[in-house]
Amino acid sequence: MHYLAQRLLTFPLILLGVSVLVFVSIRLIPGDAITAMLGTEAGMLTPDQRAALASYFGIDQPVWSQYLRWLGGLLQGDLGISTIYARPIFSIILERFPLTLELALLAMLIALSIGIPLGVLAATRNGRPSDLGVRLLAMLGQSTPSFVLGIMIIFVLSVAFGVVPPMGIFTPLWQDPLANLSQLIFPAITLGFAFAASVTRISRSAMLDVLSEDYVRTARSKGVPALSVVWHHALPNALIPVVTLSGVEFGYLLGGAVIVEQIFALPGLGRLVLDAISQRDYALVQGTVIFIAFNFLVVNLLVDLAYAALDPRIRLGGK
Amino acid sequence: MSPLLAVRDLHVGFGRAPKANEVVRGVSFDLSAGQTLAIVGESGSGKSVTALSINRLVDFGGGRITGGSITLQRADGSALDITGATEKTLRQVRGRDIGMIFQEPMTSLNPVHTIGAQIEEALRLNRDLTGQAARSGALDMLDRVRIPDAKSRLGYYPHQLSGGMRQRVMIAMALASSPRLLIADEPTTALDVTVQAQIMALLAELREETGMAMIFITHDIGLVAGIADRIMVMQGGLAVEQDETDAVLDRPQHDYTRHLLSAVPHFTAGKAARSDGPRGTETKPVVVVDDLVVRFPVGRNPFRPAGAVHAVDGVDFDLMPGETLGIVGESGSGKSTTARAILELTERKRGRLTVSSSRSRRPIQMVFQDPFASLNPRLNVEALLAEPAIANGQRKDAALLERMTFLLDRVGLPADALTRYPHQFSGGQRQRLCIARALMLNPDVVVLDEAVSALDVSVQAKVLDLLIDLQREFGLAYLFISHDMAVVERIAHRIAVMFAGQIVEIGNAQAVLSDPQHSYTKRLIAAVPAIERRNQHFSLDATQVPSLVRPPGYEPPEAVWRQAGGDHQVRLETVT
Repeated sequence: MHYLAQRLLTFPLILLGVSVLVFVSIRLIPGDAITAMLGTEAGMLTPDQRAALASYFGIDQPVWSQYLRWLGGLLQGDLGISTIYARPIFSIILERFPLTLELALLAMLIALSIGIPLGVLAATRNGRPSDLGVRLLAMLGQSTPSFVLGIMIIFVLSVAFGVVPPMGIFTPLWQDPLANLSQLIFPAITLGFAFAASVTRISRSAMLDVLSEDYVRTARSKGVPALSVVWHHALPNALIPVVTLSGVEFGYLLGGAVIVEQIFALPGLGRLVLDAISQRDYALVQGTVIFIAFNFLVVNLLVDLAYAALDPRIRLGGK
Repeated sequence: MSPLLAVRDLHVGFGRAPKANEVVRGVSFDLSAGQTLAIVGESGSGKSVTALSINRLVDFGGGRITGGSITLQRADGSALDITGATEKTLRQVRGRDIGMIFQEPMTSLNPVHTIGAQIEEALRLNRDLTGQAARSGALDMLDRVRIPDAKSRLGYYPHQLSGGMRQRVMIAMALASSPRLLIADEPTTALDVTVQAQIMALLAELREETGMAMIFITHDIGLVAGIADRIMVMQGGLAVEQDETDAVLDRPQHDYTRHLLSAVPHFTAGKAARSDGPRGTETKPVVVVDDLVVRFPVGRNPFRPAGAVHAVDGVDFDLMPGETLGIVGESGSGKSTTARAILELTERKRGRLTVSSSRSRRPIQMVFQDPFASLNPRLNVEALLAEPAIANGQRKDAALLERMTFLLDRVGLPADALTRYPHQFSGGQRQRLCIARALMLNPDVVVLDEAVSALDVSVQAKVLDLLIDLQREFGLAYLFISHDMAVVERIAHRIAVMFAGQIVEIGNAQAVLSDPQHSYTKRLIAAVPAIERRNQHFSLDATQVPSLVRPPGYEPPEAVWRQAGGDHQVRLETVT
């Protein structure tokens, strides 16, 4: 429990760090909110008008004071107002988030349910053709960019099968699960493909290590059947690196969603970030990035809890 | 009646061409029901591979049986040739017919399952017990291996138990399937000597109770003297000698057996202690340690410690030039911490350390236990030896090079070793390198922390001889830390026995070993296996080492010493 408390304490510190980074880096880009909002017309503003607008947006203040104001709002759950949507940012995020979360979770589910069995299979057949096949597949998976795979999937679906996944609008899972899944399954495969490949590789090498452990030999010496040696004795020990990878990879999945949502024209958080950046909606970029960072931290907290569930040495302490 | 197990001309090889890489090259033996066979040999002799071939676990380590036969009499009376058996049949054999316990109790139990679940699994697989029956069966097994408070231990995970306890769990797990043959592969090598004695006693008792046959694999011929009916000595994949235990020990036929019996340090209760260099009073000690205290805080809050581990609690001794002080004790007794504190590798809480050196800026050097881990694999010998000198501001010049070749010669390595890398040397040679490295700065004192423990027994003897020669030549003082009484007996002039962070007995080696006064020293010496004492059986003793975690502010009571002869002091035992 102490271990968990420690994790929870570092939580706000990391978020604070992320907020500073995001806040500063977006201000390093040339141009400001006024140019972004008005475009070329911004050049026609008189200095007085410009100053008035700047003071309205608060960008005439020094950066640290802008930051503190924003941080104050953040602490009250107020992420500010988006200039492009003219609505509270928090409500926009909540609207877009379910899609991205579902996409990432689905991608992870696909990756784990393909990657772990394949990795285990390859490890138990170390050096044989099936192992080589799995390793080749994993290499291919890791080196195929998601935009290539996504476009290929769309191409094959539409040209060969005449099916186009529904784009633009999003049907939430609770409204129509079937429609929802048929819309998300291909983006999820696209997103999870590379992840599945790295899960395969990690679980293969972790399994290979564990299979040569003394306790596996002990299990065999008492006559445990081969299948049970692998799944009951070895796998629980091999899962720890897989879980670690999953936590880190979740961040990449959220990042990868930016590309996949663009390819499949899905209105998720990734598209939102992209729009916000290209239209220089400072508050929206800050808000979404902080939100994504927050989710990343929550997932890694879950990963830590999963360690404790998997490994009694962490759960119960001791040597 | 045909024997339980008949091995004929067994050949086992490894790798892609097992025929060309044979590790076992034609071993034959018989084992009758209820009999105990000890297989004795050094690392690489093929003893473990032979054992693992009997239940074909060798297959999973990349080995192949390339010739010969292993015939097992099964419980139903049928004979089975293990070498040709299918994996399905072998699964029936493993556990039910042949149980096995391994060397490393720390890694041989699955860390993610409770010990109860691991024993229950054996009962489920091999005795068809399920549910409540399996649970009570597991409890029964823990009781049989004398684990105190067995009921609550069932829910423990392996990491919550000590090494000795884990080895008992391993034995319980193997016995749960009631095998007719138990293979024990160095089951006590990783354990402390008093724990070893307990495990040996337990195995002997269980053998009486169950009537099972045993194959006991060890490098320590003294250990099996009391338990084996027959001994087979292996060297280089061959059985060089096998006979009744007494015949092998008293009338060894083969040179290698004679070598094992004579060259290897065997404990003789002080008879082999050194007689050179008795303590003079006129010389000044090179190291004086006075009231050394090392503590490690316990508890996670650094501002409000829940107490401290009193790793070393008030240790005093002195060391004369040219003298060896052996520090013996079991794991956790504080002997290594004492060494580290003297080298200032560990911060000491209290205590004075006076070093009067005549010749070096770094008068104390150290040799560590593991010669494989303590040499950087990416540096060649020249760089390894130059390192301490360079670190102390010397330059790599002709004089330094000369010193390197001089020391290499002294430790018995060829001069062309300078350009070679650590992996090109054997374990014994590496330890010689470590010794040469420690001598580079011309120290007064060398601390040897279990310096020969990782070496094969016959190599041990040679390195000990080397150390004694070097001591005479350079007038070195040694602080020799070891858990192995037989080794300490060979090299120490004086012995300090450590228990629970304190020295409980110190004095002349011969006096301490032949006439121990403190109850712990007596227990320790009684636990040491010896060929001479082969008919004197180990007894079960469940005394636990006291916890060294003390509440904040705790100070141990003042030590009161009793003189037990010229140079022999014993700490008075207090009832706590």
